[in-house]
Amino acid sequence: MRRDVFQGIADPTRRAILNLIIVQAMTPNALAEHFHSSRQAVSKHIKILMECQLVKQEYSGREIYCHLNTKKMKEVDKWLKPFRTQWETRFEQLDTVLKNIKTKNS
Amino acid sequence: MVTKETLISKDAANKKLKVVREFDAPVEKVWKAWTETELLDQWWAPRPWKANTQSMDFREGGTWQYYMEGPDGSRHYCRADYETIVPNKSFVGLDAFCDENGKINDDFPRMHWKCVFSKSDSGTKVDVEITFATEADMEKIIEMGFKEGFTAAHGNLDELLAK
Repeated sequence: MRRDVFQGIADPTRRAILNLIIVQAMTPNALAEHFHSSRQAVSKHIKILMECQLVKQEYSGREIYCHLNTKKMKEVDKWLKPFRTQWETRFEQLDTVLKNIKTKNS
Repeated sequence: MVTKETLISKDAANKKLKVVREFDAPVEKVWKAWTETELLDQWWAPRPWKANTQSMDFREGGTWQYYMEGPDGSRHYCRADYETIVPNKSFVGLDAFCDENGKINDDFPRMHWKCVFSKSDSGTKVDVEITFATEADMEKIIEMGFKEGFTAAHGNLDELLAK
């Protein structure tokens, strides 16, 4: 199965998990409390995030904490931001063009 | 009008980039905007770049030659060679950077484009699939987009500030 950063951020729950651990490392249990889905479902997402190397788990005493792998997150940014900006700009221009054709015809 | 989200995904295993966007206009109009130069020139280059068509032969085996001109007057010459065209449904073409006479520059990776147009609730959905020969080619194009993307972002900002 595909396991890269893009697969990692492809799901809204996983994006929400990442948003939570940006602020501070959290235990899987604490994370699960933020979601309506089952603990197992959240664990599965954490597992995928680890396989995508976006999340690292580290022991602190007896508890295990999920940390954000910021280095890996930067990869997403580097890849997609310019590409996205370019296309969004293009498409906004296309929106305007389409609006103008409409007006002309009516 | 609602701001439309541009969905972008990368499929490294298959050396593909996918871009999906919806437009608030019927398929026929969106198709025109993607295939008629008078309209293409108005939006194809991301601001502040401007697309200028040199020649267009929109049919299977035909070529679109154009250049993108920057605010400093610098030009990038490009061409698209159309392979298959199904009017108002889809077209497939091969993209390349070239010189002003259309001679292909082999230093840059070529991109294979597939654009599919379909009716959606709000008007038209366009699925763009860009395929590269190798993963390295894909990386190279994205890296190039890096610079261009930033320039485009600045263009947007200028416009915002001018309001």
